Amino acid sequence: MAIAMECTVSPIQRERDRYRRRQACKSTLTSVGSTLLLAALVVLALHNSPGWPHVRETFFSGPYFMESLPKVWQGILLNLRVLCFTALIVPITATLLAMIRISRSPVLFPFRVLTQAFTTLLRGIPMIVLLYLIGFGVPGLGVFGGISPTVLGTVALIVSYSTFTSEVLRAGFQDVHPSQRASARALGLTSAQTMRLVVIPQALRKVAPALMNDFIGMQKDVGLISVLGAVDAVRAAQIEVAASYNFTPYIVASVLFICASLPFILWNDWYTAKLRKRELSAGTV
Amino acid sequence: MMTKSRRVHARPTSGTSMAAGQTERAGRAETPAGPATAPVLPASPAPRPGGRPEPVLRLEDVRKSYGTNQVLKGVSFQVRAHETVALLGPSGSGKSTLMKCVSLLEEVGDGRIWLNGTDITDPHVNRDRCRARIGVVFQQFNLFPHMNVLRNVTLGAIKVHGMPKAQAEERALDLLDRIGMRAKASAYPDQLSGGQQQRVAICRALMGEPELLLLDEITSALDPMLVGEVLAMVTELKSQGTTILMATHEMSFAHDAADRIVLLLNGRIAQDGTPRQVMDESQNPAAKEFFSHFRGL
Repeated sequence: MAIAMECTVSPIQRERDRYRRRQACKSTLTSVGSTLLLAALVVLALHNSPGWPHVRETFFSGPYFMESLPKVWQGILLNLRVLCFTALIVPITATLLAMIRISRSPVLFPFRVLTQAFTTLLRGIPMIVLLYLIGFGVPGLGVFGGISPTVLGTVALIVSYSTFTSEVLRAGFQDVHPSQRASARALGLTSAQTMRLVVIPQALRKVAPALMNDFIGMQKDVGLISVLGAVDAVRAAQIEVAASYNFTPYIVASVLFICASLPFILWNDWYTAKLRKRELSAGTV
Repeated sequence: MMTKSRRVHARPTSGTSMAAGQTERAGRAETPAGPATAPVLPASPAPRPGGRPEPVLRLEDVRKSYGTNQVLKGVSFQVRAHETVALLGPSGSGKSTLMKCVSLLEEVGDGRIWLNGTDITDPHVNRDRCRARIGVVFQQFNLFPHMNVLRNVTLGAIKVHGMPKAQAEERALDLLDRIGMRAKASAYPDQLSGGQQQRVAICRALMGEPELLLLDEITSALDPMLVGEVLAMVTELKSQGTTILMATHEMSFAHDAADRIVLLLNGRIAQDGTPRQVMDESQNPAAKEFFSHFRGL
C-alpha cells in the first residue's frame, strides 16, 4: 500500500510526511522520557522519606492483605448489592422528580413546589449528614420497627442521588429544542408521547456523560453506609484495622472499589470520546 | 420523482369537491381526474346544504397578540379542496404566526378556524386529533435526530393513527421510493443534505393522509441548488390534488404554482386573488410596493 501510494504522491507531500513522522517520533520520545523521569522522582522521594519503611509495613503488608481480603470481599458484595438497588431506583425517582418540576399541570402544583424545595434543600446537605439524619432519625420515629442500617443507608443514597440526577435530567429535558416538541405535536402525538418518544431519548443523549459521572460518584458513596454500622467493605476493613493496627485492609478496600468501578469508568471514557467524535464529524456531512 | 399515475392513497374522491377546486383554476393545468390519477390526499368535504362544499380551511377574523404586540389583526380567508394557496408577505407580517395558529401550535387570540367543518379553535375539541389531520412541514425540517429516516416517517402513522408497523413501513418506503430516497431509509437526519431532509419531512407530513398540508417557508433554510428539488416535490403534490397552504418567499414559484395568493401585510390581508390579480395587476399601492422588490428575480 505504502509503495503503491509513493508513486502518486508529489515530492512536496513526501517531504511533509517525512517531517510529520520525525515530529511524531520526537514527541513520543519526549513523553516516554518525561514519564520515566516523574516515576523516578516519585520512587526516590518515597524511598528517601524517613517514614517509608514504616508506611510500607503498615499500608502495603502482604500477609495482612491476604488475611483481610476475604472479609473485605464479603463487605464489597454488600456494597455492590446496595449499588444495584440504588442504580435501579434512582433513574425512576429522578425522572419523576424532573418531570414534575417541568410539568405545567395545575393538579401537580403542590408536588411541583414540594419537589422544588426537596431538590433545592437536599442538594445542600452533605451526604454523611443526610445518612445520619435518615439512619438515626427514621428508626427514632419507632413506626417501622427495626430497620437494618443497610436499608436506611440505601434510602439515604436514593434520596440524595435522586435530587442530583433529577436536576441533570431536567437540564437535559429543557435542552431539547422546542422545535422538536412542536414537530412531534404537529404530527398529532400527545404530550406524554412527545415526552416519551422525542424529548426523553434526546435529553438522555445530551446528559449521558453527566449521568455517568453521577453513577461513578454513587459507586464510591455506597461505602458511606458504613457510618450507620452496616458491615460493608469499608466497615469490614475498619474492623480488621482495629484488630491489628495495620492499615493494609484500607488498601484492600480501595483496590476492590477500583476493580468494581474500573470497567464502568473505562466504558464511560470510551463512550464520551465516541460522542465527541460523532459531534465533530457531524459538521462535515 | 413521483409519477402522477401512481397513487399514494386510494380513498375515493367526491366529484363535487373536484369541481369546486377547478372553478378556481380556470386556464391552468387541470388536476387530472379519474381513478388512475386520483389525488394523493383527497379531502372530501361534506357538501353544505346551501350548495357550495365546505372549504378545507376557513379562517374567520383570526387575531393573535404576543403581549401588546398585535401580530394578526383579523385575518379571514379560505382554502378549498385541492387548492394551493401561497401566503406571501414580508418578514414580521404574521405568516408564521398564522401557520402556527392553523397547526394548533399556538392558540388564537380571537376568531375561529374551521377544518372541513370542524371548529378547531373550539377548546372542547381534541387538539391532538385535529393536529393529526393537518400535515406540517417546518422551515428547519425538524426531523427527529435520534431516529432514522424510516422511523421518522412512520412514527406518526404508528403512534397517532394506529397503523400496524409493517404496513406503515411499506407505505413509507413507497413514499421514499418516489422521491428517490428509499436507499436512505436507515440513514440518520444528520447524514442527509438539507434538501433531502426537507423531502423526508414532507413524506413524514404526508404519512397521516392529512386533509391539509401546511408548508411554512420550507425552502428558506436551503441553498438555491436544493430549493429546486423541494419545490419540484411540492409541484408534484399539487398535481396530485393535495390541498396546500404555503408561506413562502419564493415569489416566482408562488406565481407559477399557486392557485391563489394571499398577501399578508402587517397582520392584515392586503390582497387575496389569483397570482395574476395579486402579483401582476394589483392597483393596491402596498401590494405594488411589496412586489416591486422582487421584479426581475
